[in-house]
Amino acid sequence: MSTTAIETKVALDQALDLNTAPRKQSSVEVTDYDNRQTVGKITVDNPKMTCRGVNVYYGEKHAIKNVGLDIGANEVIAFIGPSGCGKSTFLRCLNRMNDTIPICRVTGQLRLDHDDIYDKSIDVVQLRARVGMVFQKPNPFPKSIYENVAYGPRIHGMVNTKAELDDLVRESLERAGLIKEVEKRMDEPGTSLSGGQQQRLCIARAIAVNPEVILMDEPCSALDPIATAKIEELIDELRENYTIIIVTHSMQQAARVSQRTAYFHLGDLIEVGETDQIFTNPKHKLTEDYITGRFG
Amino acid sequence: MNKPTASPPTKIPSRDIKTIVNAGLARRHAAERRFRWYGLIAITLGLTFVVLMFANIIGKGYPAFWQTYIQVPVTFDAAVIDPQGNRDPQAIETADYAALVRAGMRQLFPNVQGRLELRALYGLVSSDAAHELQDRVLQNPALIGASQEVWLLASASVDTLVKGNIDRALDESERPIKDNQLEWVDKLQAAGKIEKQFNTILFTSGDSREPEQAGIRGALMGSFFTLLVTFLLSFPIGVATAVYLEEFAPKNRWTDLIEVNINNLAAVPSIVFGLLGLAVFINFFGLPRSAPLVGGLVLSLMTLPVIIIAGRAALTSVPPSIREAALGMGASKLQMVGHHVLPLAMPGMLTGSIIGMARALGESAPLLMIGMVAFIVDVPKGFMDPSTVLPVQIYLWSDLPERAFVERTSAAIMVLLAFMILMNGLAILLRKRFERRW
Amino acid sequence: MQSFLLLTLLLLSIGGYYMGRKRAFAVAGGHIRNLHSLPSFYGSYTALWCGLPALIVFALWATLQPSVIIDLVVAGMPPELRNLPPDRLNLIVNDLKNLVGGNIVSSTPDPAMLEAANHYRNLRVIGNASLWVVVMTLAIGGIAHAWRTISPTLRARNRVEKIVNLFLIFSSTVAIFTTLGIVLSVVFESILFFRQVPITEFLFGLHWSPQTALRADQVGSSGAFGAVPLFAGTLLISGIAMLVAVPIGLMSALYLSEYATPKFRAVAKPALEILAGIPTVVYGFFAALTVAPLIRELGAALGLHVASESALAAGLVMGIMIIPFVSSLSDDVINAVPQAMRDGSYALGATKSETITRVLLPAALPGIVGSILLAVSRAIGETMIVVMAAGLSANLTANPLAAVTTVTVQIVTLLTGDQEFDSPKTLAAFALGLVLFVVTLILNIIALRVVRKYREQYE
Repeated sequence: MSTTAIETKVALDQALDLNTAPRKQSSVEVTDYDNRQTVGKITVDNPKMTCRGVNVYYGEKHAIKNVGLDIGANEVIAFIGPSGCGKSTFLRCLNRMNDTIPICRVTGQLRLDHDDIYDKSIDVVQLRARVGMVFQKPNPFPKSIYENVAYGPRIHGMVNTKAELDDLVRESLERAGLIKEVEKRMDEPGTSLSGGQQQRLCIARAIAVNPEVILMDEPCSALDPIATAKIEELIDELRENYTIIIVTHSMQQAARVSQRTAYFHLGDLIEVGETDQIFTNPKHKLTEDYITGRFG
Repeated sequence: MNKPTASPPTKIPSRDIKTIVNAGLARRHAAERRFRWYGLIAITLGLTFVVLMFANIIGKGYPAFWQTYIQVPVTFDAAVIDPQGNRDPQAIETADYAALVRAGMRQLFPNVQGRLELRALYGLVSSDAAHELQDRVLQNPALIGASQEVWLLASASVDTLVKGNIDRALDESERPIKDNQLEWVDKLQAAGKIEKQFNTILFTSGDSREPEQAGIRGALMGSFFTLLVTFLLSFPIGVATAVYLEEFAPKNRWTDLIEVNINNLAAVPSIVFGLLGLAVFINFFGLPRSAPLVGGLVLSLMTLPVIIIAGRAALTSVPPSIREAALGMGASKLQMVGHHVLPLAMPGMLTGSIIGMARALGESAPLLMIGMVAFIVDVPKGFMDPSTVLPVQIYLWSDLPERAFVERTSAAIMVLLAFMILMNGLAILLRKRFERRW
Repeated sequence: MQSFLLLTLLLLSIGGYYMGRKRAFAVAGGHIRNLHSLPSFYGSYTALWCGLPALIVFALWATLQPSVIIDLVVAGMPPELRNLPPDRLNLIVNDLKNLVGGNIVSSTPDPAMLEAANHYRNLRVIGNASLWVVVMTLAIGGIAHAWRTISPTLRARNRVEKIVNLFLIFSSTVAIFTTLGIVLSVVFESILFFRQVPITEFLFGLHWSPQTALRADQVGSSGAFGAVPLFAGTLLISGIAMLVAVPIGLMSALYLSEYATPKFRAVAKPALEILAGIPTVVYGFFAALTVAPLIRELGAALGLHVASESALAAGLVMGIMIIPFVSSLSDDVINAVPQAMRDGSYALGATKSETITRVLLPAALPGIVGSILLAVSRAIGETMIVVMAAGLSANLTANPLAAVTTVTVQIVTLLTGDQEFDSPKTLAAFALGLVLFVVTLILNIIALRVVRKYREQYE
């Protein structure tokens, strides 16, 4: 694995220091980690998105603190961490979904390829077409299955004829692994599907626009294990064409689907690295505590 | 691990999503702006209507709060008032005070001759002027024989003229005021003998055929009695129903029926309640027409659903833990409701009731059915006296063509709106003051 | 007089409360522990014994007394008066009442009438006096009874609570009785009407002129009761109202819930709702005196003939009245659409207007339809605006510039003024009322059902 990026040495040293230093208290006190800089390598060779010095505020609340992270092309990266750690917030910055919250303020630099996504010249409509998103709870529109998938291509004017649209819808459903189940019932409402099917429909809806990046915000948290397995399989297949960022509560899931993992804690990006390394040999005490189930 | 980007497969558009989206952006943003404008226009229209209506009514109505008076030299001629000279109160009361007014007017314009001319001259003051003089003499018999400059109520047409609502350029036959009268009014104005004073008549007298003598006192009292009946009936019954349905009623079909009933009653057109009042209260029970009692009965049936619905909402907002606490202390269910739940829910119930009463105050259609639409001069003194209410008075006056009545109608509307604003303001205040989050 | 009696009764009951409490203390020997219930319950027990029977008798007496007295007076009249046909007798009774009330009677009263009036007055005095005696006896007797029965073992609380419970149950049935009263009164009179005018003629007849002539030989003496022009007029005016209210109300709701800043919303929403609080008579005045002349002049300037009581004026103003109704109901409905729907659409790169028109509106459609139905039922039942601004003549036309009349206008016209109660003209009003009641009821039931279904969908 070649690397040209800056190693956050200081942070690493500090963290290692902390890790080896004799512990004064038996339990982990969050306040012990005042100066939390990211441990691990935040950069990649072939970045799709680069974030530097990202801060997010909800009114007075400082929700994301100075986070820097690269997301590589065609990789699956998982964001993990305890509830309220800011992983979803950070995810929602990546396609500016936070714009819909009036009190939310984002500073720092976020780039998609070479475009600064918070720049005035960037149109949020275009950005979101390029960075798709799948939500925690399946949210199909109260329309037919066909119309659900056709929605994105229609609003963006991606197709010119009905035949093209039909092909596109089928193609997207096929990629989402749903086509066999819904082939005969394209005109039924999307809400008539089971939870797992609905979520795959939402994924099909997202990929119909052919985005470059797909954000997934705990896509399996409302699903049963079998549906979850199907989605995970799907994520693995989609990696071929898309960059996928997945927020998950389940460490097993992160381990199964992602190549890299980022651990967030109270708005800080604590550690980022190869998924194997994070789960087998975490460098930061907080990561270790979380992985080993001491809190979270 | 970092593979090169795989080319997108077959049918999904090979063109880069960025360019595709870019192509349509301008059109889509224009549509977005248009849509936003439609919304803004809609809401502006709505708000404009509010402003227009208020401006229109206030603009028409505010002059009605002033009334024109003419200063007339009146000689309280003993020969007219008390020809026998024995100060008999009966005689003084029935004396011909109009003659004094006429004499006073002649004194103002000594040169006016001829029956028609004189009648036009007398027409400048209201027929109420004689009553005014009568009152003065009855209050102070010492006036008899004296002379005084008295401000007498001008007739409605003079009032309209002075307020600038008669086009002087019109042909004489087309305006309510004749050329010679015009001339006299101008002279009086030049001499400072015409003055606009605050219109107390509007608030102190009942209805009248003469606009300058018509007031809303009768309607106000009618509204007061009607609303009193409404409140006395609908509040206790409404609160009791809400309490029963929320706290005591078993969950069964009967209760469901009551609930469905209440919801439907809330949406029955008000005029149907009027039909009910006419058929049941007047024809079946033989209660008198035009009585505030009947009006109150009808309006309380209309207001009940509002109070019940608000009351139930207020009761459900009281957390069950309070009920459990009271029952746990050994209170009976009724004590629990009476001591704990009801006091906590009372502000909400009162708020709902006040809003319901405000609606009842503005209601007129059902009252037309039960005869509260008559021309009633006397100010009602009780629940059985024939009377009308403020909105119906507005309806009655709005039919009259005289400019002075249009003015008074608008003024009556202003009074009505003021009451409604007051009541709604009170409700909001109550809600703000006692609002509690559990 | 009667209110004075009521006041006395109230004071007695309050007195009874304190007496009962005192008595309870006395029988308990000053120790509340010896009592079954708290002393205040014994007080309430006494007060109820004092007030309740007396009040019931009072209410019955007060409702029955006038008719009983009239019967007695009529019975005491000379036979030539007594044997008059009922409608003439009614007139005489009315005159009599006026005479007694001291009002001016049209003609100089004849001696028989004067005597009857005296009889009436005497009976009334006797009636009122006996009412006093009976009520007071009952009240004091009630206190005495309670006084005797109060003992430490008397379950006063249970008894009082039982009465209160009965009151609660009685109150909750008032709504049922109201509906029953509406249905019965409207249906009963309608049946009388349909005996005289066939129901098919009423529902499908094209000609409406309810003026029955006084004499049989007058022109048009029969009167025609075909209500189709009224239904058409009602629909025309309501239709115009909805054309105004639905776009403005819906767009306002959409703007307020999707675009407006919280500050703007906090100001504009209540400001718009002021429209809902304005009494309808004010709208009627505005329609008749401002909007109608304006439209007529505008029409004249364009070379159109506009009736001075055009359907357009009434419909426009009714539409304004309904705007807040549509907007606040739609606002509720739109806010009930889950945020996830919006997020899903925005995440695909949809603009706000695309999200609204392609996702929100289709999702909220049932709820919006429901609220529009409620608004339609409001418009159909609205009375004052049309009474003041719409016409009286029943024209069957779809021209909004012509004058049409509505169901509610006709009900008011037929029932205001003095009417004998069994002429088809009066009864027709009840038949119209029945139609109005049934139509609005159906609309409401459908609307409430649609809205409830819609709510459940997202719960």
